[in-house]
Amino acid sequence: MQPNEDILTQVTELIKSLAPEHQDISEATDLVADLDFDSLKVMKLLEELEDRFDISVPLNLLPSIRTVEDLALQLQRIIDEE
Amino acid sequence: MAIFDKFKQLAATRRTLAQCGLASVNVVMEKLLSPTEAIVNGRRTILAGTNNYLGLTFDPGCIDAACRALHESGTGTTGSRAANGTYSGHVALEKELADFFDCRHAIVFSTGYVANLGMIATLVGPGDAVVIDADCHASIYDGCTLSRADIIRFRHNDPADLDKRLRRLGDRAANTLVIVEGLYSMLGDRAPLSAISAVKARYGAYLLVDEAHSLGVLGDHGRGLAEETGVAHEVDFIVGTFSKSLGAIGGYCASNHPELDLIRFANRPYLFTASPSPSVIASTRQALATLRARPELRLRLWENAHHLYHRLQDLGLTLGPEISPIVAIRMNSPEETVRQWCALLERGVYVNLVLPPATPDGGALLRCSMSAGHTPEQVDQIADVFAALQEPGNAPGPMV
Repeated sequence: MQPNEDILTQVTELIKSLAPEHQDISEATDLVADLDFDSLKVMKLLEELEDRFDISVPLNLLPSIRTVEDLALQLQRIIDEE
Repeated sequence: MAIFDKFKQLAATRRTLAQCGLASVNVVMEKLLSPTEAIVNGRRTILAGTNNYLGLTFDPGCIDAACRALHESGTGTTGSRAANGTYSGHVALEKELADFFDCRHAIVFSTGYVANLGMIATLVGPGDAVVIDADCHASIYDGCTLSRADIIRFRHNDPADLDKRLRRLGDRAANTLVIVEGLYSMLGDRAPLSAISAVKARYGAYLLVDEAHSLGVLGDHGRGLAEETGVAHEVDFIVGTFSKSLGAIGGYCASNHPELDLIRFANRPYLFTASPSPSVIASTRQALATLRARPELRLRLWENAHHLYHRLQDLGLTLGPEISPIVAIRMNSPEETVRQWCALLERGVYVNLVLPPATPDGGALLRCSMSAGHTPEQVDQIADVFAALQEPGNAPGPMV
């Protein structure tokens, strides 16, 4: 399944604002391994995405989110369910 | 060795801490002298990080009650109440807690951690949702995980964000448990409980308040924040611990819901944990009676809290957002925090060293907790040591 283009763009844009400068971000970028995001940064990212899309992301989903693409797909799934 | 690889980062952090000569987890209280003093590293040390809010750990009445129970009922129950039976003390304490909270029912647990774990994991399950304040204690997070309900965080102390989260749940909001704390353990700030209970009522959700740090501290009778705020009737479940103001170990849940007795029989952490020992129950019952009979302890606690907060504020330190018996000093870096913490201990003051990720916003803290057992002189000594460390010549140097 491919993530919706608009969601992926918005997720990438937000991650760029939190990542180290000049860091290349692709769908395959791993939030922890590549960007060194700690739990606080992941939570900040989630809160901003939740506000942007007016959804809540249950914490239970976090273990299944490693990459930018994983995150975009989970957001899309929640948006589609609502 | 692969299963141990995940501890490498932890080992590196511990090595960094050990470079200053001590690590917080290695502090040994060689001898306890009173609720507020111990011998640490051979030195008389003021204890300013114990959560011993009413100073009852050496209360003669509590010690006598515990000793009598030891002689009358032995050292332990050797099993759970479901398997080994209930002691009369367990029942008596549950009645006394229900009476104290003006609730119809109460359950006693073996620790505060088990109380949260058991209540949350039993109240909600797969398909339900639990909406928790972001700064809730680890026991709340762990209870949520065990429940397998959908776990949703709302921004700390932000009723508008809670409202948003419940709105997004739609019809599921009525099957949702909202969880907040009376007094947050790291920064000592209260939940805006009046606004939070209004939001939960609007959506027909349930509300659990963890009063671990507010029992004996807040409210005209010391029942906690729900009492102080005047919304106790809106709170579905009050959870707390015996290990702070009551000076022992254990936990409880009090509620007016008649289903609480059913929850007892579906509550795996309760069913499969050995029940509290007779001496613990006895000292807790006495401590609860003392809490009720001696409101002056609460007044003294607050005098000490105000005194320390203002003294540290006058030093220009950055403190938690409101005055409470938890006085947290925000530090600039983990390294500085470790250095200051070691220097305080060397000068005979023990406080809590709190490093990320245990802190609410990723900063580092030196956390003091005041006790009714502290004398004004001890509070001054604590503040004097902080003041001495502000002097340019006394500031602790970089770690070796």
